[in-house]
Amino acid sequence: MINIVFFAALKEKLNCEALTLSSVNIQNVEQVMEKILEQHPNWQNAFSQTVLIAVNHNMVDKSHPVSSGDEIAFFPPVTGG
Amino acid sequence: MKSHFSLPLPVVKVMTNFSQQSVKISIQQEDYNLAEEVGALELNNHIDGAVVTFSGLVRNNNLGEKITALELEHYPGMTEKQLDNIITRAKSKWQLGNITVIHRIGYLPVGQQIVFVGVTSKHRKNAFAACEYIMDFLKIEATFWKKEHTEQGKALWLDARQSDKNKATDWQGKE
Repeated sequence: MINIVFFAALKEKLNCEALTLSSVNIQNVEQVMEKILEQHPNWQNAFSQTVLIAVNHNMVDKSHPVSSGDEIAFFPPVTGG
Repeated sequence: MKSHFSLPLPVVKVMTNFSQQSVKISIQQEDYNLAEEVGALELNNHIDGAVVTFSGLVRNNNLGEKITALELEHYPGMTEKQLDNIITRAKSKWQLGNITVIHRIGYLPVGQQIVFVGVTSKHRKNAFAACEYIMDFLKIEATFWKKEHTEQGKALWLDARQSDKNKATDWQGKE
């Protein structure tokens, strides 16, 4: 299973904090996103804005590989400090 | 007759050239106390002659809106690692002693303290540079998000600023 978490404005737009996906047939983050949008087509708009990605607490891009047990986080550009 | 002489043991003072180099990272709801944090940075730290600190506060204005409070969210687990990474990078660039980074989360009304960075070093140049570097990269990289509460009753997520991101390029230019 792949654990997916959302933060901040994205979490609010999706009205979803977290979900899990089967890792079957999923090789990379891009495929994770495709799967999510397949299951939630109305999330397309939210994902068309700038969305940053982290896998297991490391910043990555869409091409990054994904395996079972990974935590993938999607969030807007950061605004701390 | 034997006489016993007891010679005074030689007194050896061990002087190190190394600063203590303790790192404190805290993400917390509670307020911090500036005097206490500076005290902790200075405690038993006689190698270093410079202490530089920064404290960020919630201000009442942003982009024409009157603000009543900020709300801070973060990514538990990732944020701490990122702050540690930024600090490690700062230490590789400059000789530094003790370093403290505190960032508050939750609902913070105007006037409240948000973020503290404190750095010690033997001399001030390194401490000033490292403090600014850590703050700049905290703003660019650390997984925090701010929501503004306005006087009109709106609650709006802040957008990341290009001017903050540009700081990364500025620092590259200095390498």
